[in-house]
Amino acid sequence: MSENVYIIGAGIHPFGRTDGRSGREQGVYAVREALADAGLDWPDIECAYGGSAAAGNADIMVNELGLTSLPFTNVANGCATGGSALAASQQAIASGMYDLALAVGFDKHPRGAFNAKPADYGLPEWYGQTGMMLTTQFFALKIQRYMQLHGITRTALGRVAEKAFRNGTLAPHAWRRSPVDLETIMNAPMINDPLTKYMFCSPAEGAVALILASEKKMKELGADGVKIRSVAVKTRPPNSFEVFQAGISIEEGGKPTVLASQAAFERAGVGPEDIGVAQLQDTESGAEIMHMAENGFCKDGDQEEWLANGWSEIGGRLPVNTDGGCLACGEPVGASGLRQVYENVEQLRGRAGERQVQGQNGKGPRLGYSHVYGAPGLSAVAILERE
Amino acid sequence: MGQKIDPNLWSDGAEPQLMGGRLPSGQIVFPMPVGDAANGVEPYKLSRRGTLWSWTSQGFLPKEPYEGPGSGPGANGSGGPPDFQPFLIGYVELPGEVIVESRITGARLEDLYLGMELEFCIVPFNAVHDTFAFQPLTAIESQAA
Repeated sequence: MSENVYIIGAGIHPFGRTDGRSGREQGVYAVREALADAGLDWPDIECAYGGSAAAGNADIMVNELGLTSLPFTNVANGCATGGSALAASQQAIASGMYDLALAVGFDKHPRGAFNAKPADYGLPEWYGQTGMMLTTQFFALKIQRYMQLHGITRTALGRVAEKAFRNGTLAPHAWRRSPVDLETIMNAPMINDPLTKYMFCSPAEGAVALILASEKKMKELGADGVKIRSVAVKTRPPNSFEVFQAGISIEEGGKPTVLASQAAFERAGVGPEDIGVAQLQDTESGAEIMHMAENGFCKDGDQEEWLANGWSEIGGRLPVNTDGGCLACGEPVGASGLRQVYENVEQLRGRAGERQVQGQNGKGPRLGYSHVYGAPGLSAVAILERE
Repeated sequence: MGQKIDPNLWSDGAEPQLMGGRLPSGQIVFPMPVGDAANGVEPYKLSRRGTLWSWTSQGFLPKEPYEGPGSGPGANGSGGPPDFQPFLIGYVELPGEVIVESRITGARLEDLYLGMELEFCIVPFNAVHDTFAFQPLTAIESQAA
């Protein structure tokens, strides 16, 4: 029998560009925010998990936070670094070994698209030399086929970006805080057809820290906790179609997002219809559309109707990416998955201000869902509950 | 003809073929694995004809390790890369074998559609190297005419 686990503190360093502050310093800032939110001091934390993709090791943060001798595990799991840190800290408490744990993610990337080395992904050099080693191409190739098969229009792609920038104006931690109209989005320079400049998120900077506690500890502290109903991390199954793939099987395979979503719903004992707010990986507009279906919130092709009717807007039947997602916040890889969880914690606690989703009885939503996807084909899902 | 971008990527001869591999299970993969991963995998010459599975355009200069026109020292200086040419990328389904990622040549973006018939070809890539691509069958027929 495992222990119930709660998030009792959430801290964020604003996303975007912060010249003069390293990625790790942004991480320290977020940890201090989370500690203050939980009413704790650093020596109270019993174990920590965290990392970044491009801004160094997380365990060095003890230099600034304090040399308390706690076990601090570095997590290096690409886009799922945050999700994996959350899963590890959740397990540390669920096992009964610890009562207070920290999950932290931070990053600081150079400007422009990510550049990956073929050898790091087990690929031959020609794949990079000839210009195929780009994450943006994968997203475009995936949505292009999806649009042809399921009748999704270019306007739907534009509407996702328009919603993201509109929601970003309401989120103090977002990077892009000005609205962009549909026409501007649709007529912007084409990056990888059918995706224009405004339909892609950009590498950025930022940090998020979450403090997890056992039920006993939360009650002892009288803390304001949100329960983790389930966390699921899944890597790719056979014959799947993922980023950085020179060859794909002609047999259609499974999808890591579908597997993680189903596992998370099953463990939580709830279904997509129970979710009140969702944060879905939106590295570009097409990803949000496809991830709506892969996570079970609608059928393939129904997204066209959802977006035309505003059903995924704040105030719609299922608000999606209420802080503007990756499109408005940018993508500091190590922090991005934890930002989604942070946003759900704020929504469930009813502290999301102008972007607050209304649940029943004038409170925030009861269940929040977050989903992150990354190379080389893995997904992490977390379902949170306001009891 | 330039040098091959990778000596083992396609077969030599008048009608070159991409080199894939056949796993012990019978499944065809691309590219042919190397090192220990190649144990038990038979080199397999892939079909020269296939159909378009998906596509996109590459509208900006890729960062390193890209070695095409516009890349290299000084190419990203003020004024941008003068000789970078946007290009097309797609996945081509080789019937009964595997779906391969490839440059698409001899076609405009607006001409492309799902299921379009394509054929393998070798194209110049940079001052030194050739690479592989797929082109519409109609382009081949019009060249012959």
